[in-house]
Amino acid sequence: MSVVLSAPPISIRKIVKRFGSQDVLKDLDLNVAPGEFLTLLGPSGSGKTTLLMILAGFVRANSGSIKIGPDEVITMPPHKRNIGMVFQNYALFPHMNVFNNIAFPLKQRRVDKATIARQVEQALHQVQLDGYADRRVDQLSGGQRQRVALARAIVFEPRIVLMDEPLSALDKSLREHMQIELRSLHRRLGMTTVYVTHDQREAITMSDRIAVMNNGCIEQLDKPEILYSTPKTQFVAGFIGESNFTPVDCRDGVAWYEGRQIETRSQVPHAGQHWLVSRPEKVRVADGVNGDRGNFFTGSVREIVYQGDSFICYATLRDGQVMALRDYCRSDVLSRLPAAGEPIHLRIDAEDAAIVQAES
Amino acid sequence: MTAVVTDPGKRVDDDSGELNVAVLKRNARNEVWGLLGLCSPSLFLVGLIIILPVGWLFWLSLYDENGMLSFVNYERFVEQSSYVKTFVTTFEVSFGVTAICILLGYPLAYMLSQIPRRAASICMILVILPFWTSVLVRTYAWLVILQRKGLVNDWLIDLGIINQPLALVNNFTGVLIGMTHIMLPFLVLPLYASMKSISADYQRAGMNLGAGPVATFWQIFFPLSLPGLAAGVVITFVLCLGFFVTPALMGGGKVIMWAMRMQQTTSLYANWGAGSALGVLLLAVTFGLLGFFNWLLRGQIKAAWGGK
Repeated sequence: MSVVLSAPPISIRKIVKRFGSQDVLKDLDLNVAPGEFLTLLGPSGSGKTTLLMILAGFVRANSGSIKIGPDEVITMPPHKRNIGMVFQNYALFPHMNVFNNIAFPLKQRRVDKATIARQVEQALHQVQLDGYADRRVDQLSGGQRQRVALARAIVFEPRIVLMDEPLSALDKSLREHMQIELRSLHRRLGMTTVYVTHDQREAITMSDRIAVMNNGCIEQLDKPEILYSTPKTQFVAGFIGESNFTPVDCRDGVAWYEGRQIETRSQVPHAGQHWLVSRPEKVRVADGVNGDRGNFFTGSVREIVYQGDSFICYATLRDGQVMALRDYCRSDVLSRLPAAGEPIHLRIDAEDAAIVQAES
Repeated sequence: MTAVVTDPGKRVDDDSGELNVAVLKRNARNEVWGLLGLCSPSLFLVGLIIILPVGWLFWLSLYDENGMLSFVNYERFVEQSSYVKTFVTTFEVSFGVTAICILLGYPLAYMLSQIPRRAASICMILVILPFWTSVLVRTYAWLVILQRKGLVNDWLIDLGIINQPLALVNNFTGVLIGMTHIMLPFLVLPLYASMKSISADYQRAGMNLGAGPVATFWQIFFPLSLPGLAAGVVITFVLCLGFFVTPALMGGGKVIMWAMRMQQTTSLYANWGAGSALGVLLLAVTFGLLGFFNWLLRGQIKAAWGGK
C-alpha cells in the first residue's frame, strides 16, 4: 500500500440525469487526470452529489458514459466498480467493530485471513489509529470515525476514491487538520480522487483542480489559484471568496468605468453592461487619481469594520455601488485610511481585475 | 454619584454568601412535586384498574372451592394432564403463529421499507386496515372462506388440484391461519419502523466495498434489522399466549388454549380460584418469557453486532 498505485484517469461524457421533469445534470463532461485530486464544488442542489452517486453507481444516469481508464463503468453494478468511497456520515457498520469494518471489503474479495489482518493493520497505521482494531464504532470520536471510514475506503487499494463532504461533520480545527492529512494521504497513495464539498475554502486548500458546479453544469474547471484570480462567470466570482461587483460598460472588447478604460487581463465582452470583479484584499488605498491610466475608483468611506488582525473598509462609490477593501491592521495602512464619511480613492491592478459577463 | 460609593463586589459577597442554595433546592423540590401531581390521576387509575385486580386475582388463586387457603389450584396444573396439554398447545400455537408471521412479515416489511414513501404509506394502510375490523367479524369471515364447502375448497376442487376438501378449519391449521392474519400487523409495524431507520448509506457502503446485493442484505441489512424483529416477535408471541376468540371459533373445540381454559373454569364451573390461578400462571410465564427473550436476543444481537 505504500507503493504509488497506478491510478487511472476518469473520463465523464455527456451525463444526463433527470429526476421527474427536473434536469439535475445537463450533458455534463469532465475529465479527471490520473492521480488527480479533483473537487466538485457547488451550492446544494447544484448536482455535485448526484454526479458522485452516479460515479459510485448508486444512482442510474439517463444517458452518458463514464470511463475509468479504458473501461466503461456506467453499466456496471456498484460492487464491481472497485471504487473506494467515504460517506458524509461515514456509514460505518454499527454492528461491527473497527477491525471488521475495515476488513469488510477484503472479506468480500475472499482475501485470506492472515493477509486481511496485515492489511487492516497497515490501513489503521496509515490513518494513525494503530491499536484501535477492537473498538466498537460507537466508542469512537467524530475524527476517529472519519479515519476509520478513510481506512475502509483505501484498504482494498481502489484505483479511485470518492469523498462526499467527509469533513462536514467535524468541528473547525479538526476539519482543518484532517484537510492536511487527507491531502498528504493522497500524495502518498496517489489514487485518483473526486471530492465533493460546498466549502470553498476546503476546496481551495485541498484540490489540484476545482470544478465549480451550478444548476447541473460545470461553470468553470481550473486550478484553485486561477479560479480565485480569474473567475470566468459571475456565479464563480460570487461563490468563491468575497467579491466586489462593479458595473462597467463594454464596447468593442474594452471595458469603461466613468470614462476611464479598465485595465484587465481577462477577455472583455463586446457590448453591454458587465461586471468588474475585484477581491477586497486586492483593492488598495490610493493617494489620488493620477493620469488617465490605471483602475481608479473614487467614493467615500461608509464604514470601517475592525476584525482584529485585519479590517474591512466599505466605500460607497459615486454611482452608489459599494466596494470593500481588506487589509491588515498595520500602522502604515491605517495611517492612510480616511475616517468614515471622508472621501477615498481606490486602486486595483490590472492583474487583479477580472471582467465577467452579467447573468441575465 | 460622589456621595455614596457602594462596592458592588462586596455587596454580592455579603447577602448571597450561600449563593441561593436554599431557594434553588426548594425550586427543584417544587418541580418534582409538580410533576408528580400531574401524573397522579393516571397513576391512581393504573393502580385502581390494574394493580388492584391483579393483586386480587393472585389472592383468589390461593383459596380452594371451600374458601380455605391452599395450593390446590396450582397443584392441579401438575396433576391433571389436560392442563399440561393446554399449556403445550398454547405454546405450539404461539410459536407457530410467530414463525409464520416472521416468514410472511419480514419480506413484507422489507419491501415497504425500500419502496418510495408514497407507495409505502398506501401499502401500510392495507396492512393496518384489518385493525379497523372487529376480530370476531374477521374470524367468522375466515370460517366461511375455509370451511369444507367454502371458497378455498370449492376453487381447489374446481381447478382439479384436490379431490377431497381439505380440513382447513376447526383444527390446528385453522387456528394458525386465523391468528396469523390478526397478528401480522403487530410484527410488521415495529419491524417496518426499525427498517426505515436503517440508513440507505449502509447498504450503499456495503455494495461500494464489494458486497453484492445478497451479501449486502445478509451481512449489513439483516443484522441491523434484528432489534426491530425482536420487538415484533415479542409483541406477537405474548399476544398469542393470551388469545381467545380466534382459537375458540376456528379450533372447533379441538385446540384448547390457555385463555379458553380460563373462560371454561370461571363461567362453566364457576371456579374462580382455579381461573385466577390460570391467570397468575400465564402472567408469570409471560414475564418469564419476556425476560428470557430479552436475555437471549441481547446475546444474539451482540453476537451479530459483535466483535471479531
